[in-house]
Amino acid sequence: MGTLALWVALFMFGALVIYVLTGGADFGGGIVALLARGPRREAIRELVFHALAPIWEANHVWLIVALVLLFVAFPKAFAAMTTALHIPLTVMLIGIVLRGAAFVFAQYDEETSRARAWWQRVFMWSSLMTPVTFGIVVGAVASGRIRVDASGQVQVGFIEGWMALFPFLVGGFAATLFAYLAAIYLTLETDDTEIRDWLRKLALGLGIALGIGAWVTLWWAQHETLTVYDRLVHSPLARPFHLITGLAAVGALGALWYRRYTLARVAAAVQSVAIMVGWGLAQYPALIVPDVTVAKSAAPASVLRPLLFALLGGTVLLVPSFGYLYWVFKQHTLAMRLQNQRHR
Amino acid sequence: MSDLLAARSQMALSLAFHIIFAVIGIGMPLLMVIAEALWLRTRREVYLALVKRWARGTAIMFAVGAVSGTVLSFELGLLWPTFMAYAGPIIGMPFSLEGFAFFTEAIFLGIYLYGWQRVPEKVHWLAGVLVWLSGTLSGIFVVTANAWMNTPTGFEIVNGEVIDVDPWAAMFNPAAFSQTLHMTIAAFQAVGFGVAGVHAFLLLRQPRNLFHRKAIAIALTVGTLAALVQPISGDISAKQVAAYQPIKLAAMEAQWETEAGAPLRIGGWPDEDAEVTRYALEVPYALSLLAYGDPGAEVMGLKDVPPEDRPPVLITHLAFQAMVGLGMAMLAIGMLGAWLAWRRRRLPDSPWYLKLLVLSAPMGFLAIEFGWIVTEVGRQPWIVYGYMRTADAVTTMPNLVVPFVTFTILYLVLGVSVVYLMAKFVFASPYLAEEE
Repeated sequence: MGTLALWVALFMFGALVIYVLTGGADFGGGIVALLARGPRREAIRELVFHALAPIWEANHVWLIVALVLLFVAFPKAFAAMTTALHIPLTVMLIGIVLRGAAFVFAQYDEETSRARAWWQRVFMWSSLMTPVTFGIVVGAVASGRIRVDASGQVQVGFIEGWMALFPFLVGGFAATLFAYLAAIYLTLETDDTEIRDWLRKLALGLGIALGIGAWVTLWWAQHETLTVYDRLVHSPLARPFHLITGLAAVGALGALWYRRYTLARVAAAVQSVAIMVGWGLAQYPALIVPDVTVAKSAAPASVLRPLLFALLGGTVLLVPSFGYLYWVFKQHTLAMRLQNQRHR
Repeated sequence: MSDLLAARSQMALSLAFHIIFAVIGIGMPLLMVIAEALWLRTRREVYLALVKRWARGTAIMFAVGAVSGTVLSFELGLLWPTFMAYAGPIIGMPFSLEGFAFFTEAIFLGIYLYGWQRVPEKVHWLAGVLVWLSGTLSGIFVVTANAWMNTPTGFEIVNGEVIDVDPWAAMFNPAAFSQTLHMTIAAFQAVGFGVAGVHAFLLLRQPRNLFHRKAIAIALTVGTLAALVQPISGDISAKQVAAYQPIKLAAMEAQWETEAGAPLRIGGWPDEDAEVTRYALEVPYALSLLAYGDPGAEVMGLKDVPPEDRPPVLITHLAFQAMVGLGMAMLAIGMLGAWLAWRRRRLPDSPWYLKLLVLSAPMGFLAIEFGWIVTEVGRQPWIVYGYMRTADAVTTMPNLVVPFVTFTILYLVLGVSVVYLMAKFVFASPYLAEEE
């Protein structure tokens, strides 16, 4: 049963990583629109809307997949999280609802409508609010503040599980990461050089902010979450992971500096995956640090085995479909790179 | 307001809101696929215009459906953590499969809505077919999980611990077939009459607009066909409920006494204190006949179980009456339309009939809401029928009235905005060369 549960946990984690790379960047797009300044502001916002429209709903489903796997395979962890984190999760949900609804409302209203301008603002602010609360949830889960007894009953109140500096630092970090990813992705979605230069500067700034944020969060972790801090700093895997994350970060910034946008895209994605994997390893085998582990909260093998088969079957259908969606709507961002090289 | 009542109200509100958009997400792709197939075959511009108009409305509805569905999957834990800790693994299979079906739907809807210029025509149509199929499957999986709450199977309880979980047995629980069949047909029926009604309203204003005529022809056909088979699926559902949830049936029919040869009650007002039902039109033996196929069969009455195990009778009975009444009304309007069309060899477009169609537009959606009230309220006081009470499943979180009020306001704003956008951009008459 141990290995079965581990496989499902890996699937769940994989869905969450892809969610950060795709759905996370969609929220980041909203933050980029919020940060847009100068004479090209409206053009930048239009670019964000245009880039998101065909894909954001599919990207969003990765979160649902991770959530469903959590409550099917690790029901006690799900029940404990939704109890202790009721408040931030509810705020996150409101953010998800407002972001999605406001996006589609703004998209289908006429350009001159006042309602449209209002919905655009709602879209941008909820795009900021959602990743922050997502980060708070992740930070709270990793912080070790949420204590759960053997029967699965949560032992902390509805506030103290997440009301501390560390979860909020992670919240800010998540929003920065998503916006950074979005800024880098978007550089390849436009052929307007002014906009691209603005995005490049933004991405460079966000990349540096991300680095500082990572150090501050890690430094503060020792005051609040010793297990995770210990793993992040002292475990044998820590050094290679910091190295990979650091190299990818430097690579992304360097590529941005030299305007190698495809390379920057790849490096930023690698950086994000490395950050996620680092988090995963730091809290493994706990789903909620420190009491709820993969093995302790897993559903029986009679549930996990067919679930794994369903996951494999579903993945075989899903991956080509998801790939086709991106091929249809995002292949031009690759073609553009070739064009640029030819021009040079 | 007690926390339990607030939690139940929030869940009911979220479901009632989501179901409208979910149903549109199931029904509209079918109408679009039909219209697009007609466009590909006939190359008449009117069909293309129709598909594009419908796609615009569907895009808005689908997005609201997707986010309100996300709310529900979180609320399972936010409001009912004890239930999920217990039931999550058992009914996980349909939820997991639903995840994949919903994924497929979202992917191909993206291609369908935004891929007009990017994929070949036939691929575009095929994407629509995939949206329709995966949307329908997605609904079926979710309703399957709900059916398990009515007829829980696929597990054993020993000393309070759940053991021997069989996810397939849980998924193919006794109510799964009848409930999914009834709901899927209802979705096409509601969308068929809803769309026909909207276009009938617009056709009344512009009587020669071909666009609305074609729309009514497609939508009313789908709606009427669904309305025709729905009574059969309703009969299957009723027999299923009679066999597995006799107390729910008793509440639906406001049957207080256990009796052989029980009558079918049309209308009536159950008095829960006096334990009698007044003012009902009773059709002798009909309930025994409908529920068990035998006019002399014994039907269990509400008095057979203690009051704390009974569902709210008044709500369940009235909601059931309303659902059946609306279904019958749609069947009558649809059949009348078919008869008029057959006699005149053209679309039934007399103003009085179009007005009837306008009247029928909300009927399917109302019937669905009433039907869910019957299923959910009729299952009370249980969340898992016979195993777990709703009161024992609710979260320990205090002040649940706060999220309830918050979501009520949120859904009000979303509802108003959707209506505003629909009225402004979707419910409108395009200019088309008038052919007749």
